[in-house]
Amino acid sequence: MIPSVAPAPAGSPAEAPAAGAAAPTVSRRPALTRFSGSKLFASPGSIAGVAWLAAMVAASVTAPLWLPFKTEDQDFTAVLSGPTAAHWLGTDELGRDLLSRIFAAAAGTLGTSMITVLVAVGLGTILAMLAAAGGDRTESVISRTTEIMMSIPGTVIILAVIGAVGTNIPVVMAILGILISAGIYRVMLGQAKSLQSQLYVDAAKVDGVSMLGISLRHVLPGLTNTIVVQSALIFAVGMLIQAGLAFIGFGPPIPQPSWGGMIQSASQHVYDAPWLMVPTGAVLALTVLAANAIGNALGKSPNATASHLPSAAARRQRAKAVSAIAAASPVNPEEAPAQDQLSVRNLSVGVDGSVRLVTDVSFDVERGTVLGLVGESGCGKTMTALSLLGLLPSGVSVTGGEILWNGRNLAAATDKDMEGIRGREIALISQEPMRALDPMFTVGYQLTAAIRRLRGMGKAEARTEALGLLQKVGIVDAERILKTYPHQISGGMAQRVAIALALSGRPRLLVADEPTTALDVTVQAEILSLLRSLVKDTGMSVVIVTHDLGVVADICDRVAVMYAGQVVESGQTAGILDNPRHPYTLALLAADPHANSAADMPERLATISGQVPQPKDWPAGCRFAARCQFAGSACAAPVPLLPSGSESGLVRCVKADELAVEGLAWVPTEVPTHRLLDVTPKVMTVEKDLA
Amino acid sequence: MSIETPARQAPAAVLATPILEVKDLVVRYGRGRKAAAAPAAVDRVSFTIQPGETVGLVGESGSGKSTIGKAILGLQKVSAGSISYQGKDITHAGSGRRRALGSELRAVFQDPNSSLNPRQTVGASLAEPLRIRGVAAPDARDRAEAMLERVGLPREAVDRYPSQFSGGQRQRIAVARALICEPSLVVCDEAVSALDLSTQAQVLNLLADLRDERGLSYLFIAHDISVVQFLAQRVVVLYRGQVMESGPAAAVTEDPKHPFTQALVAASPVPRPAEQAERRTLRESMGVRTASSVSNAPGGCPFRQRCPLATELCATERPALRVVGGSDVACHYA
Repeated sequence: MIPSVAPAPAGSPAEAPAAGAAAPTVSRRPALTRFSGSKLFASPGSIAGVAWLAAMVAASVTAPLWLPFKTEDQDFTAVLSGPTAAHWLGTDELGRDLLSRIFAAAAGTLGTSMITVLVAVGLGTILAMLAAAGGDRTESVISRTTEIMMSIPGTVIILAVIGAVGTNIPVVMAILGILISAGIYRVMLGQAKSLQSQLYVDAAKVDGVSMLGISLRHVLPGLTNTIVVQSALIFAVGMLIQAGLAFIGFGPPIPQPSWGGMIQSASQHVYDAPWLMVPTGAVLALTVLAANAIGNALGKSPNATASHLPSAAARRQRAKAVSAIAAASPVNPEEAPAQDQLSVRNLSVGVDGSVRLVTDVSFDVERGTVLGLVGESGCGKTMTALSLLGLLPSGVSVTGGEILWNGRNLAAATDKDMEGIRGREIALISQEPMRALDPMFTVGYQLTAAIRRLRGMGKAEARTEALGLLQKVGIVDAERILKTYPHQISGGMAQRVAIALALSGRPRLLVADEPTTALDVTVQAEILSLLRSLVKDTGMSVVIVTHDLGVVADICDRVAVMYAGQVVESGQTAGILDNPRHPYTLALLAADPHANSAADMPERLATISGQVPQPKDWPAGCRFAARCQFAGSACAAPVPLLPSGSESGLVRCVKADELAVEGLAWVPTEVPTHRLLDVTPKVMTVEKDLA
Repeated sequence: MSIETPARQAPAAVLATPILEVKDLVVRYGRGRKAAAAPAAVDRVSFTIQPGETVGLVGESGSGKSTIGKAILGLQKVSAGSISYQGKDITHAGSGRRRALGSELRAVFQDPNSSLNPRQTVGASLAEPLRIRGVAAPDARDRAEAMLERVGLPREAVDRYPSQFSGGQRQRIAVARALICEPSLVVCDEAVSALDLSTQAQVLNLLADLRDERGLSYLFIAHDISVVQFLAQRVVVLYRGQVMESGPAAAVTEDPKHPFTQALVAASPVPRPAEQAERRTLRESMGVRTASSVSNAPGGCPFRQRCPLATELCATERPALRVVGGSDVACHYA
């Protein structure tokens, strides 16, 4: 009665024959081989573990062929001897060869431990998948049952079973497996439930795939990693418990060898022949360690090495980069911008100094104005914004240029310097307001803590200030909100609280990274109105990162359009949106359904073929050329950012003047998309001159 | 609901049996007395979709728009009311009936990252709906390749995994998966919300092309009324599970009658600074109140606490849908 759960039977049985017939077509590779293989050989510990286990299995299976002695052969000339030429690992109290006995017992030990693994992991996985698929009632029945299983003392059950059926090791190990399965179920349940709630499971349900089909095809493959890890650990547990049972006399009947029994007899000679303990103990310990090492290696998440916080090495590297920038560009007091004016000059941001994510970005934000950084994802706008706060992710650092703010170059500021600036002078509001708030503490606690830390106020004073801040961000019942936890308030309210939190240090510059993207449009309009009035009342400046041109039109004084790590066009908002000069800006506006009313909605929207190139694929010339309707041979050379002629506008396009004169529009072309939508983006040199 | 002439792309037979008819749909979450007392997630919603027609379902988060989609797809239990597909009741269809229905009634979901199984090749994902209907593997592969080509991806994509594609490409694959068994109705639940502007436009164009080419009907669920108005001939506006207004797309978006629709349209920003400034002034003068965290007592109009027109009548009597201009509007004062 052993449910056989192979690691990755991805296809349902009904499908198996057909799939076999068309093997090379729709291949369904088991997740196991793809995911775990490389991890298994990533660390010396797991390599040693695999090698040891493989050797043990090979040795135990082939044991009858090469063992020097029979297990019962007694050599009374060498009783309790240490290693000798005849007996490599010595002999026991009856002169039996230890090496032979250890390996003769190995097959049984490993095999019966495997029974525990199969029963425990198999049963646990099946129960978890049933509970995840079956709805609330099924889940609670299964969960209560496993709780009862976990609350009964396992040792007593095992001893009772031995009392009933005798020392039938496979049966005992299977019962042990059933007891352990309750724990495995607990481990698997959460994961199975989260897999069950994936959209692709919904999609399969819409297809009419049965519950069984969904569990086998969509849930089980996702569980394989956990299954393998748990199997390795349970394998070790099974071996130890089996050895323990044999040690207290419930092993295979004497004279049949077993590891536990051998350790037991060795323990009787621990004073007169201590060596006896060593070979068996070492083999058992090493096998358990090997199984654990494999489990650990497989259980490591793929990006466990890239922790969220920068490593010491990364911090050192950043400090080095910072001092290099500081040495290269001392702040010239005469050139320094006015008070509370942000001036970014030729900023570059890169990954570990090699791949560049942002190149040569310059913009100014005057006191009391709002600058929009706009573009598609992957254009470097968020990286630019985070560099203003010194909050770039680990491995990413400013590689050049200046961020001038109140007489200092923030690009050359150390982490410690930035701690004094963040929150006090420059604050951040992020896309997910809920992430800015700790779910464990009330809004009031978080707000007063920030005020006390940033402004050095007393408790009562800070509370009054917190109330005032909440009222300032438009919360009517501020008293009540102070006492609530973040999960009790709506998304729009949470963003207001997050803004209040950002305002607690009375910053002069607010960096807002997609602050309204996760909100409903009616709430978005309210938050934008709030930001606008804050700018007007406090003279604070705002850098807002957004992909929504409507948001730009609503709140920004100036805008910088970014594409592939560069500013391609910048200037007054009205100038740029009403009279765009760069083809990318032109295309973005043409693709925006908000730009058209229902009456004059086109049959087709304009699109930009292809996608934003990866940083490693940026060409030397214009980075937009490969997707541009107007690209020509002149675009292959690097393009400078030049005055566009309208006010203080700048544009990075060699054809900007030509386009302006001819009044060309981005047309909704019928491009053969499969040609342009190459799966692996390549650097293309486009030679199509439309002009 | 009355049958209007769609603004664009008039479907061939307007008087045919509707492809989908939702009647007085009610969905409540949870069980027991507490759930019965809480306002329903979907509260007596009715609408129809004609063959070849696209109906947009618009509303804020928590308006029940996705729940309606799920109920139609059989992913959500229906508490009351009925859903008929081509005249046949499918409200409580079992898995067998669903399986038969699964090739005609299909879905494209919001998140392209999780709507495809990351552990299956694109080919395996596309073939799944065909395979469970008994299509042989080589045929399924051929159809998967052809469908990928139709949505603008190379044929070789069948052997790749979803992680090797960008968000827009994955959404194309999801569209291909929905259309591979020649459906007649596709439920698009926020199908383009997670995409960048240029990719969003590509997927919207693709959906429009496929509709015209195959005579498809769409139920297009989205929070963005501008996106809906690109694709839909008729729009249904929801607020807290109830229909506030429904009518031809142009009428609802250009001349909204219900105060909520007016607020929704006015809040959607346009990328023209001067016009946006006017819209902002207009919106601020409308006097729509902030969505408060005060829970709504059942009964009456769900929008009354935010509505500038609300009176005592709105708290006691739920307004019925009535014809105002070209649309049906649920408001006492519209």
